[in-house]
Amino acid sequence: MSNLLSGRPAVVAAGVDVFSDALRAQGVAVTDVEWRPPTIGSADDLTQLALDPRRAAANRVAVERVLASRSTLTDVRPASDVLGLSGRILLHSGPPLTWETASGPMRGALMGACLFEGWADTPEAAEQLLASGGVELDSCHHHRAVGPMAGVTSPSMWMWCLTDPTDGRQAFSNLNEGLGKVLRMGAYGPEVITRLHWMTDVMGPILQAAVRSRPEPLDVTGVLAQMLQMGDEAHNRNRAGSLMTLRELSPAIVAVDAPKDDIAEVLRFIGGNEHFFLNLGMPSAKLAMDAVGSIPGSTMVTTLARNGTEFGIRTAGTGDRWFTAPANTPVGLFLGDYGPEDANPDIGDSAIMETYGIGGFCMAAAPAIVRFVGGTVPDALATTERMYQITLQENPAMQVPILGFRGAPTGIDVLSVARTGWLPQINTGMAGRVAGTGQVGAGLVQPPAACFEQAVAALAEESRAALA
Amino acid sequence: MHVSLRSGVYADSVKLMQVSKTVGARDGVVAVLVAMATPLNLELAAGMGLSPEGDPKPDQLLIALRATDDAELAAAVTAVEAALTAREERGSADAIPPRTLGFAMGEDQDVPLAVISVPGPYAVAEAMDAVAAGRSVLVFSDGVPVEHEVALKQAAHEAGVLVMGPDCGTAIVSGVALGFANVVRPGPVGLVAASGTGAQQVSCLLDMAGVGVSHVLGTGGRDLSAAVGGLATLDALRMLDADDATERVLLVSKPPAPEVAAEVTRTAAELGTVFSSAALSADSPDLTAAVEALLRDMGTEVPAWPTRAGADRPTPAGAVLKGFYSGGTLADEAMLVAAPALGDVRSNTPLKPELDLGAEFGATGHVVVDFGDDALTVGRAHPMIDPTLRLEAVAGLAASGEPAVLLMDVVLGYGADPDPAGALVPAIRDLAFPVVVALVGTEGDPQGWSRQADALAAAGAHVFASNSAATRFALDLIGASK
Repeated sequence: MSNLLSGRPAVVAAGVDVFSDALRAQGVAVTDVEWRPPTIGSADDLTQLALDPRRAAANRVAVERVLASRSTLTDVRPASDVLGLSGRILLHSGPPLTWETASGPMRGALMGACLFEGWADTPEAAEQLLASGGVELDSCHHHRAVGPMAGVTSPSMWMWCLTDPTDGRQAFSNLNEGLGKVLRMGAYGPEVITRLHWMTDVMGPILQAAVRSRPEPLDVTGVLAQMLQMGDEAHNRNRAGSLMTLRELSPAIVAVDAPKDDIAEVLRFIGGNEHFFLNLGMPSAKLAMDAVGSIPGSTMVTTLARNGTEFGIRTAGTGDRWFTAPANTPVGLFLGDYGPEDANPDIGDSAIMETYGIGGFCMAAAPAIVRFVGGTVPDALATTERMYQITLQENPAMQVPILGFRGAPTGIDVLSVARTGWLPQINTGMAGRVAGTGQVGAGLVQPPAACFEQAVAALAEESRAALA
Repeated sequence: MHVSLRSGVYADSVKLMQVSKTVGARDGVVAVLVAMATPLNLELAAGMGLSPEGDPKPDQLLIALRATDDAELAAAVTAVEAALTAREERGSADAIPPRTLGFAMGEDQDVPLAVISVPGPYAVAEAMDAVAAGRSVLVFSDGVPVEHEVALKQAAHEAGVLVMGPDCGTAIVSGVALGFANVVRPGPVGLVAASGTGAQQVSCLLDMAGVGVSHVLGTGGRDLSAAVGGLATLDALRMLDADDATERVLLVSKPPAPEVAAEVTRTAAELGTVFSSAALSADSPDLTAAVEALLRDMGTEVPAWPTRAGADRPTPAGAVLKGFYSGGTLADEAMLVAAPALGDVRSNTPLKPELDLGAEFGATGHVVVDFGDDALTVGRAHPMIDPTLRLEAVAGLAASGEPAVLLMDVVLGYGADPDPAGALVPAIRDLAFPVVVALVGTEGDPQGWSRQADALAAAGAHVFASNSAATRFALDLIGASK
């Protein structure tokens, strides 16, 4: 508390300029708020949330749980074991969807997974199987898992197992396939299926043996922190992280009792994929966000995820409930001859990186990324500066060098998003909208405002009920 | 078609995608791929029918273009060169201005006060940022629902900070004037005010008496209602009690709800500082009298309040009182002083509901209009800033021919018209009937009390520093004073 009457006060002013002008005329130091009428949420709902006496403490608990979480790489195991997936079930990115509502790349990835699992012999048969409801579909997020782009995870796929050493909680992600025509981008051609089999038959077991043989599990949170010092933002740029992971794992990989050629191929595969680390970063962020759980009164976002059709968000105050709206299409740069008309709407669980406060939120740490939208280095700095205004705290473990080693803007606050009108900034890949195409580009995207409108309304409703 | 490979030129993929995009946006360009000749990119080039010849290496730069004609193709190749060598803006962001009060306040506890004038429905969300950060806040905005006011003030009470308002137009904190407030000498009297112009009248008279004020803490007009329960008033009393510069506390308000009055009395009794009240009512209708009582209690001589004599215009036979006010509390005070002498006075802010004037400002008989009433300031500046409505009423009165004495207030200080007399003089100098002005201000105000008083007197107005004195003078002219 600061004492109002202790001397001539400095002032912060929000509203009409005449007050600030009159104060300055008296020699008073005035900071002006560039206030705008909120466009998300009703004034009544925003006031209800602002006045909720639970909010400050609930948000503090929520964000502290995020900051306290640590992630270590402890195992690599098939999804059937580790997630208990059995029978014909496929996990996908984003909020729940059905075959009918699935977009092109999501359908392509689901079809490819059916081919990979041997549930169908041809793409046509796979399509028929899925259309007839012969495969159960569920969100990765409902299984402590996350997957980039389509995020399709089938029982035979090998999963990274990340563990929080303080409480033993776990989160999971499948292994990254590389760039170009890959399942997660909706491609399902023979080369895609062949690669998935190789990853399952050769790479998975070698990685498992290597990870298990390390004297200490790999500190993935520590790698993330170093990446931000090395030009990665850990969503769209994972070069340093992938190389560091290769450096950390290669001695153990080389020592695995497996054919020399297989080991060489695994190392070549990892070294040739600058997004290899993404599938380690994502479950680490998931681990941190899962630590939050359900906290009545908290307005912090715990999930941002897209399934190629809809964008979905969840908050600590509303628990498992999804707030969904049609996903936006990213804006950015395209590979080869592809153009905006080829891009599918926003897809993937990888926005968990932004939910955790890095990725697009740490654009300032990775100026190379901002050029995806023809932006500039000052744009990168400005983006991160804006994200500080919609988040609850700075993460001292994740520092942005160019901002004077300021911590990453962490813990998206629904109320601040609504009041500022600034939506979270997400860096993302772009999948082709036609099934089978693969990646067409990369760029920037924001959640639809409608997700936050619904969240504000639901949080306010819960607040009224709880305080009545 | 142009397909070439170049060695010794490396650019990262983002830069190259950007070059492709820039060149691809040219009208004559059909297809473009500028990329390192990696297997993936060669595959893309093949798909576009732009495969290079020979044995491309991944460290070579592939430039592959197809254009509508040779001229466009040559221009496109040049454009690739230009885009490859283009310099980018360097890193340094202009500071992003804060969009919320909470972010603007930051952690810096040296900023103890927030001032909020955003639209009422959004004011509480901003104000809560200040309260949550342990800072006091002045809410100028009106239109805040009363239940939100209560919740905000309860939170402030628990946080040990003060909420002035909503609808608080006047405060002075350690000599800093906030909103509509006057330049008042520093002194030992602290004011707690639920009324803006009331606080201005009292603080100006204290200045003229050579006493001055320590602080003027506004509370908002609803604070002493049963619904709000005096939350801000009680906190302000305790704050002033703890303040070294404050030796006396004076409460300026309309009559509180009875249960709130009892609570105020209880709290005041616990204060170490001498407390008195200037609650305007039929029983105590006079702010000037309250100030004089305080001065006498302090052992200070009560001065002769400044006046200026105006033109000696005769009062027309059967004259009625026309009070055209900009200050709500000053209008109330005029009605309370006049009512015993005149009987019923009709108004848009009447003492009794049956005297409601509605919007008939031209009605005949004794009338007091508060042009600063919320209903008249929707979509329009306050009459302390924009005199238009009041000047129209003066012209209307002159045109009506109704015999009258015109009583007006002119409020000086920060926030007010820089030269209110300048606007009024043309409207009053040629009137045939007497004009009496309550001029609320100090010599230290930007407009200067004497300068304004002299200008008004020169235009024929009788000028008083005390509103109740002005009202009584007007009643004398009508021949109705008691």
